[in-house]
Amino acid sequence: MRNTLFGLVAGRLGASLLTLFLVSLVIFAITSLLPGDTAQQILGQFATPEQVAALRAQLGLNQPAIVRYWHWLSGFVTGDLGQSASNGMAVAQLINDRLPNSLILAGITTLVSVPIAITMGVVAAMRRGGLIDRLLNLVTLSMVAVPEFLVATLAVLIFAVKLNWLPALSYVSTVDSLGDAMKIYAMPVLTLCCVLIAQMARMTRAALIDQLDSPYVEMAQLKGVPPIRRVMRHALPNAVGPIANAVALSLSYLLGGVIIVETIFNYPGIASLMVDAVSNRDLSLVQACAMLFCGTYLVLVMLADICAILSNPRLRNR
Amino acid sequence: MNSLKTMPHPKANTPQRLRHGSHLPVGAPRRRNRRRLQLTRWIGLGVFGFWILVALFGPLLAPHPMGAFVSDQMFGGISAAYPLGTDYMGRDMLSRILTGARYTVGLALVAACLSSLIGAGFGMLSVLLPKWLEESVRRVFDTLISIPSKMMALVMVSAFGASIPLLITATVLSYAPGAFRIAHSLATNLATMEYVQVAHTRGEGRLYIAAREIFPNMIQSVLTDMGMRFVFIVLLLSGMSFLGLGVQPPAADLGSLVRENIGGLSQGAIAVIAPALAIGTLTIGANLLIDSLSTSRATQKE
Repeated sequence: MRNTLFGLVAGRLGASLLTLFLVSLVIFAITSLLPGDTAQQILGQFATPEQVAALRAQLGLNQPAIVRYWHWLSGFVTGDLGQSASNGMAVAQLINDRLPNSLILAGITTLVSVPIAITMGVVAAMRRGGLIDRLLNLVTLSMVAVPEFLVATLAVLIFAVKLNWLPALSYVSTVDSLGDAMKIYAMPVLTLCCVLIAQMARMTRAALIDQLDSPYVEMAQLKGVPPIRRVMRHALPNAVGPIANAVALSLSYLLGGVIIVETIFNYPGIASLMVDAVSNRDLSLVQACAMLFCGTYLVLVMLADICAILSNPRLRNR
Repeated sequence: MNSLKTMPHPKANTPQRLRHGSHLPVGAPRRRNRRRLQLTRWIGLGVFGFWILVALFGPLLAPHPMGAFVSDQMFGGISAAYPLGTDYMGRDMLSRILTGARYTVGLALVAACLSSLIGAGFGMLSVLLPKWLEESVRRVFDTLISIPSKMMALVMVSAFGASIPLLITATVLSYAPGAFRIAHSLATNLATMEYVQVAHTRGEGRLYIAAREIFPNMIQSVLTDMGMRFVFIVLLLSGMSFLGLGVQPPAADLGSLVRENIGGLSQGAIAVIAPALAIGTLTIGANLLIDSLSTSRATQKE
């Protein structure tokens, strides 16, 4: 029946919403447990106690934490994210300006990395134990553990300093042609791809090998089905679910990587906005960005789970 | 972990050549495979051991004090006097890396041990404590696990400022839940084993069962998991330092060294490459070692 499937997906959706709510509680709790307090911080050390008290009242800091949390959360739902403490602009506006850049970066990275990673994973799984597999295993195992800034530093050194092909910094505003755009995105995308491809290729390989080990593939082998056909027609369709799961899970690593990459290449995205906000201790901006990142992360993990549910034929055909 | 869910295979004592999945007694390729595993293990052990030694004795071997201005040249290249060049203020880069490695390795080790201790400790609750308490602990950890580690660290630094105790707290908060999840599922599986039920029937107390029956059987997996956590924590902490939100000057870990010398990148300065490579080799070495250990353990289990 469709109902079971629908129920499972709806249940997963509900669980994600609940987790997001709990996450917002944690983020709010951490950011309002300040040893100093926001009003003091805004006014600086030389403010008189009266000024601080007045600002506290104005900001609503005298209310109990639960009331403030409610205001904050309802503000979130209605899109009123408060104001940035450092420059007084609306947080929603700041995020709105930067978000598209980050989405483009993430989108291009996904488009580049997914096909490469899946091909690598499939090839490694087909040649299991062979030279290519062992080589890919060593390479991906090493890449998984490499910090993004090492890849970025080496990329800048090679492509910008030694070969002089690419600019070391990204200025999105100066894009005139497709060639310019490619030059700007080349290194950030390359850096992000390295770790991501390694992750995804390993998971794809594991998912496919899981299928190749099952009796029906052995049956096909005994019937004399050639290897390529065995993988493409028999194993791969059954591995699509786990692979989609792996892709969604790996993409959630983008969130961590993008923070480093946007900073190192000066890319005007949401992550560098957040890093600046943390340096300036601009709490409402930090809260908003953190919620955005955590929300995205939860959506990706949820998509991974839903892929796994949907691809399970036992659930689909019941 | 799946292999642990199944009961011990009756044929567990048969030679390992009969591995699961391949029903044919494959001889030659397997053996070759095993030798390669040994190779990655030795590479991993060598590189990781090297960095442990550097963390232990590096500061003693450093030719100059960490903060000493020894050269007039900024971003000096490789020379006999300064084997890794000089940094953006003319300090000896080799000394700074030897000292910085202690922060990177030390902090990550402390944080990884704490995460595993807390995570595995709570993970054994399922054997020790009533159901409702276990459920609520699980809920809390499940919430914490859905906050990416960098987000947790960034939010905490924005609220409390960057200091070493805070960095360790933030790291433990993001990595203990994962350790908990693994330890918990291991403990739950082990709790259904016959020998544990026999101990129950014998009338042993919960603490005895946890300490004598469950713990010795999960310690190896917990240690492997701790190694993985160590790698991730090194990446997280050096990432934070790289953003300028981790270890604060005058102290410097390897991530901070990359950050402060990033200005020399356009000249191709060794001062920025060396610390970045240091972190890379440390994490790659640890990762290769752990992978080879856990793979050979999985092979033994089958």
